[in-house]
Amino acid sequence: MARAHVITTVNGDPVEFLCDTEQTLLDVLRDELHLTGSKEGCASGDCGACSVIVDGRLVCACLMLGVEAQGHSIETIEGMAGGDRLHPLQTKFLEHAALQCGVCTPGFLVAAKSLLERNPDPTETEVRYWLAGNLCRCTGYDKIVRAVLDAAQEMRGG
Amino acid sequence: MARVHFTGNFRQLAGGDEEVSIDASTVRELLLKLGEHYPSLAPHLDEGVALAIDGVIHQDALFSRIEPHSDVHLMPKIAGG
Amino acid sequence: MAAQNGGTTNGGTRWIGTRPVRPDGVDKVTGRARFGADLHLPNMLVGKVLRSPHAHARIRSIDTSAALALPGVKAIVTRDDFDDLPSEFVPAGEMLINYRDVVRNVMAREKALFEGHPLAAVAATSEKVAKEALDLIRVDYEVLPHVLDIDEAIAPDAPLLHEDMITAGVEPPPSAPSNVAKVVEFAHGDVEAGFAEADVVVEREFSTQPVHQGYIEPHSCVASFAEDGQAELWCTTQGHFVVRGHCAKLLGMEVSKLRVTASEIGGGFGGKTVVYLEPLALALSRKSGHPVKMTMSREEVFRASGPAPGTWARVRVGVTKDGRITAGEAELKYQAGAFQGSPVQPGCMCAFAPYDLEHVKVTGYDVVVNRPKVAAYRAPGAPQSEYAVESIIDELAKRIGMDPVELRLKNAAREGTRAAYGPTFGPIGLVETLEAARSHEHYRAPLAPGRGRGVASGFWFNIGGETCATLNLGEDGTIALVAGTPDIGGSRAALCLQTAEALGVDVEKIRPLIGDTSTLGYTFLTGGSRTAFASGLAVIEASKDMIGQLCERAAKIWNIPVDAVEWADGEARPAGANAGEFDPLTLADLAGVAGKTGGPIVGRAQINAQGAGPSFGTHLVDVDVDRETGRVTIERYTVIQDAGKAVHPSYVEGQLQGGAVQGIGWALNEEYVYDEYGRLQNPGFLDYRIPVCSDVPMIDTVIVEVANPTHPYGVRGVGETPIVPPMAAIANAVEGALGIRFTDLPMSPPRVLKALEEAHIPEAAD
Ligand code: FES
Ligand code: FES
Repeated sequence: MARAHVITTVNGDPVEFLCDTEQTLLDVLRDELHLTGSKEGCASGDCGACSVIVDGRLVCACLMLGVEAQGHSIETIEGMAGGDRLHPLQTKFLEHAALQCGVCTPGFLVAAKSLLERNPDPTETEVRYWLAGNLCRCTGYDKIVRAVLDAAQEMRGG
Repeated sequence: MARVHFTGNFRQLAGGDEEVSIDASTVRELLLKLGEHYPSLAPHLDEGVALAIDGVIHQDALFSRIEPHSDVHLMPKIAGG
Repeated sequence: MAAQNGGTTNGGTRWIGTRPVRPDGVDKVTGRARFGADLHLPNMLVGKVLRSPHAHARIRSIDTSAALALPGVKAIVTRDDFDDLPSEFVPAGEMLINYRDVVRNVMAREKALFEGHPLAAVAATSEKVAKEALDLIRVDYEVLPHVLDIDEAIAPDAPLLHEDMITAGVEPPPSAPSNVAKVVEFAHGDVEAGFAEADVVVEREFSTQPVHQGYIEPHSCVASFAEDGQAELWCTTQGHFVVRGHCAKLLGMEVSKLRVTASEIGGGFGGKTVVYLEPLALALSRKSGHPVKMTMSREEVFRASGPAPGTWARVRVGVTKDGRITAGEAELKYQAGAFQGSPVQPGCMCAFAPYDLEHVKVTGYDVVVNRPKVAAYRAPGAPQSEYAVESIIDELAKRIGMDPVELRLKNAAREGTRAAYGPTFGPIGLVETLEAARSHEHYRAPLAPGRGRGVASGFWFNIGGETCATLNLGEDGTIALVAGTPDIGGSRAALCLQTAEALGVDVEKIRPLIGDTSTLGYTFLTGGSRTAFASGLAVIEASKDMIGQLCERAAKIWNIPVDAVEWADGEARPAGANAGEFDPLTLADLAGVAGKTGGPIVGRAQINAQGAGPSFGTHLVDVDVDRETGRVTIERYTVIQDAGKAVHPSYVEGQLQGGAVQGIGWALNEEYVYDEYGRLQNPGFLDYRIPVCSDVPMIDTVIVEVANPTHPYGVRGVGETPIVPPMAAIANAVEGALGIRFTDLPMSPPRVLKALEEAHIPEAAD
């Protein structure tokens, strides 16, 4: 069975890979490219642990095929920190203790980044509804929401 | 002599006794003497028991000290999630 | 550091009670942290499990020949690859465990006992081939009638899961087998005499549904067996030493030949204290000679890993007009799943634990049913029984016209109270949590019309246990801390803080890691809310061990007796004027000359921690109920709990908030739906709905600190108690809003609507 040859961009770098046509983008990221920061919590689009940004849109990598990445630009958690500097969301998650086990954290960070790109000044309710596609079983969400609101404020300059 | 109270099913195994006085200075000695006193209790004393010695729970602690007037409760071992 | 809600004072300690960024934090916000499924090894195969489609079936034969012939299939294991083990209860992991059952739970033998029960496992070069192979395995079943619920299971003519199971704990033993594994009883006083003193007695029946722990990371492991019989196992677990013990037993290995490494763990809540895939992966690796990776799908997690039990309870409590509880009685029946061992015993012990009762009697039944074997879930057994009792306490308060916090305060267990389960409590903080609730602004805030406010308390024992820790002093004076308890919720931060406090060094100088099973002595699992307490005691002991060595080195350097050296603020000093005049030697000074003064310095501790401090909490909740849809909305929530001493308050708050929200899910939504064939209909997060971000408000926390005298800084476990009060607190609030008492969980929209309809048929309830 022939594998598909896909050319795409991941975290700003050109990337080529071979994949089976039924492999999801999440499988490709994790198993072919060894970018295991995106997690699989359900493989059905219900938990958000696999969140990535494709051409600026928040997507569940488990719901997209690897071959569909052809020609698109993909951002994952691995590309969120710039060089040796954490993204403000990452810093705020640490300061607010917005993670316990941390398995949901990459998905929340990617989803929150996507929110703040669209809406730099969200209300608590907007944060809660935007992040409703990301499940966290550990934190009860309180500190996650606080961290996102605090990061938004800092990114707005204060 | 320490006063040993039976809770839960240990009371049944102790022939319905609610408590007994036992002369022992360590948990091991106490369990040994309890087993001699209540043969049907004996097989249950190896595993799965906890002792509350003066309110402090000891599990798997054969050499924890028992004072002459200690109040000891024999109870099931506890784990958790 | 950002301000947080809750908060504690930081009296007398330098590090305990502060909120540094956790040492493993950056790895977790950058995607570097490696969880169970994140390990790839060269030549690695993928393992998949064939599971029973039937809830109850005799397995006549399993034919794997066609599957084995498929190109790419490297090994298949079935029941024939595991030796049967005799019935023998041993303490391992989750209380007592019977290896005869464990070997049958990981791989069905005579019968499949629940839908999802493993029948065979395949290792192949890809997931696709492995799945194709599963389809080629032929199983010949004799489908048997099944029982899912307690009533069915204890009916006289019920189909039996285990034809030889005679109920334990009844005298004389019954002559016929049944699905009741065990009857337990806790009693003191004379309940009938107690009820005779009561002015008001309320008796009700309650039921709860099984709920899944719902960790976001599915079970996953990689096993690698070498030709010389040595093996390595990487897995997501709450206790790698416990996994080692189970796997070695099931595979007939010596424990020292199996090295288990705990990956980062993506949530457990009790559900990762047992083995499912690990023995299968090891058996497949042994047979194939390749590393084998196995990961459950979310569907498999729901169908085949442990929920908390569904339960039935009948509770009766009596009270005098002036608010003295005179007696409490409960009968509890818990589903164990396919094998005996539900947490009904702790359920019985916890039921009335918050109260000072002269007369109490609790009887519990452990009942097997054709569902997955239950696993621990945060305070296993306690939420179900305390939900029932705390609901009745609320009703009694209303009946005698007393404030529900007042009624609890009047009867609250305190230091010196004989606990309902037997022993006498030492210092405990229930009264403090109730007083904090009473004076909390939340409790006094006006309630909007139509809303309800509920309160409930909760209890969990907490445990200690076998624990090791090592502190390796680096040549520059920094420290590598090795602990054996997997870090689920930030415990590495709590261990570093306790070490920093004990040694008097900067917390930034300590880097923690969780050692594998060959680097430390046996360490019991992360569970029972024991890690901050027991691993905490271990790092404090290891610090003392290191300080002893540091003082010896300083004594040698100064040429004075060792007892003339004292350790304070992270440096060795001459103890008093008579010891001589020397400049203090810091940790870094002594580390730098360690080689020349006697060799490397390593602090060690191996302890069996006793005296864990029990933990109590009280929750307040406001709800709004949509009369059109039946949806219950949590408008406000406050958790108040005794932490003994909050080592890292942010992570204590996190435990309180997370536990409360799990309880909200338990109360309002979560349940398993089975069809008539005993097949689970909602094995996914879409239909098994755990709370999402938009379902809940901020969760306020108040940390009360009543020191645990057996820990130098007063620490108590905090992780489990917060899941106990929510169900009753919410039911009490819903009763306040609607005047309808819900005695069956969950209070999901369809049930609330139905109750509203029924309540409105006659003239409104009186
Ligand atoms: S793994 Fe993609 S949404 Fe859960
Ligand atoms: S921190 Fe564990 S699932 Fe979110």
